[in-house]
Amino acid sequence: MAATPWESDLTKELKERFGDQILECSTYLGQDFVVSTPDAAIPILEFLKLEADYDYLVDLTAVDYPKRPERFDVVYILYSFARNHRMRVKCAVADGAKPATAVTVHSTANWLEREVFDMFGIQFAGHPDMRRILLPEEWEGFPLRKEYGLIQQDDRWVRENLNIESGQ
Amino acid sequence: MSEATFLDTTELVLNMGPQHPSTHGVLRVILKLDGETVRGTECIIGYLHRGVEKIAENRTYVMFNPYVDRMDYVAAVSNGLGYCLAIEKLLNVEAPPRAQAARVILTELNRIASHLLWLGTHALDIGAITPVFYCFREREEVLKIFENYCGARLTTHAFRIGGLVYELYDGFEEQCRAFCDMFIPKVDEYEELLTNNRIWVSRLKGIGILNEQDCKDYGVTGPVLRAAGVKWDLRKAQPYSGYEQYDFDIPTAQNGDTFDRYTVRMEEMRQSVRIIRQAVDKLPAGPIMGKVGKVVKPATGEAYVSIEAPKGELGYFVVSDNSTQPYRVRVRPPSFVNLQALDVMVRGGLIADVVAIIGTLDIVLGEVDR
Repeated sequence: MAATPWESDLTKELKERFGDQILECSTYLGQDFVVSTPDAAIPILEFLKLEADYDYLVDLTAVDYPKRPERFDVVYILYSFARNHRMRVKCAVADGAKPATAVTVHSTANWLEREVFDMFGIQFAGHPDMRRILLPEEWEGFPLRKEYGLIQQDDRWVRENLNIESGQ
Repeated sequence: MSEATFLDTTELVLNMGPQHPSTHGVLRVILKLDGETVRGTECIIGYLHRGVEKIAENRTYVMFNPYVDRMDYVAAVSNGLGYCLAIEKLLNVEAPPRAQAARVILTELNRIASHLLWLGTHALDIGAITPVFYCFREREEVLKIFENYCGARLTTHAFRIGGLVYELYDGFEEQCRAFCDMFIPKVDEYEELLTNNRIWVSRLKGIGILNEQDCKDYGVTGPVLRAAGVKWDLRKAQPYSGYEQYDFDIPTAQNGDTFDRYTVRMEEMRQSVRIIRQAVDKLPAGPIMGKVGKVVKPATGEAYVSIEAPKGELGYFVVSDNSTQPYRVRVRPPSFVNLQALDVMVRGGLIADVVAIIGTLDIVLGEVDR
């Protein structure tokens, strides 16, 4: 089963307003999602929040596809209490590009974006506190990138801070 | 030249945790204090980070199943349910009715166990010693049911992708019914100890208020959201595993303070008993495993599935690339997201209330850090 096009009043409105910045509106397994250009992602979130009641940012995460030129997918999962509907907004981001922060629209994005930075190294432009959240601040490497090994670690950090040769 | 007196106060930075009994694990909170008033906080988390999402990418779908139990370890059954539902969604299969009903019973029992642990430790933080013994006494009965069913008490690995692996044991229904009959008077007993207790009320009323707007801004879900007056529960809003067949209410409250969150959770335990009774009575016969092959290999695609865990919305965003290992598993933990609202709740309050507010958020650090 492949993704099928998603058509509704909302997608019509989105396409009218954002034009060719909306790359795809699809449904897979009954779940709706929109693919947009990275620049349009935050205006879309804002539009969805203010004019379509998608007022709850459920989750914000990323997926790494190292073989693609824009290697990361940044995924925003949204929910509307009024419509009881969930949708996703996705955009592809190149390594080193700095997508705009969603904190200006949803306060939840603060920690969620910090976690994405911590794990993937995607910096969000305009984020009030762009630091690592789960790993120590001096840690080197971004564990959820595909090239990072399962038992790889920052040996220098482990040596200096834990006084052991290896945590393995 | 002004002379310093004892009345002058300057901002004091105080470290709470990571080794502090009332932070419920390894949470470190940096408090900025003006006298006893909290002016700001910063949470330092990650002490329990094990890279669960990374491990998922290096295990098969089936092998990763037991790992999810180690996130919210006091509600392991709920974690397993969310994961199994997410993979079943990708495979486009559903568990058979008997498995669904058994899942509901075990998940609701786990909700009670999780709320009991919250109640006991929350009361202990505030200074009431007795409830924790009572709560653990009843929680033990739930854990005995888990132990009889799958041999494990805490990290149960009770469910498999597609249904259940073990048939329910002889006497399961009777044991569940006996637990329900025994438990309702016990909830009344806890309420007798606490609800009208003057110390309890004055420590909780009006403390740590989180209103509806803040809840939505910070993505806070679960009992915390319901205590702010939002009648929203995923079991009703987007039913899964056959929850639409059961008759139960969503308890809510109005003020969004610590006391309201207490009353909401107490009522939720009663509602869970209602669900368990109905599910045990209507437990259908039939197979317990759906049509899932020995090798789990979903088609390329992605899905987000979430359930109402005891602490809020627990979601799994799984990306499949048509291999036996997930390409990416993202866990949306309720505790992590809820903890972010701590700063809003404690600002302007007293330092003694920080303990009460951390307790009322009901966080599990295993899930915050993953």
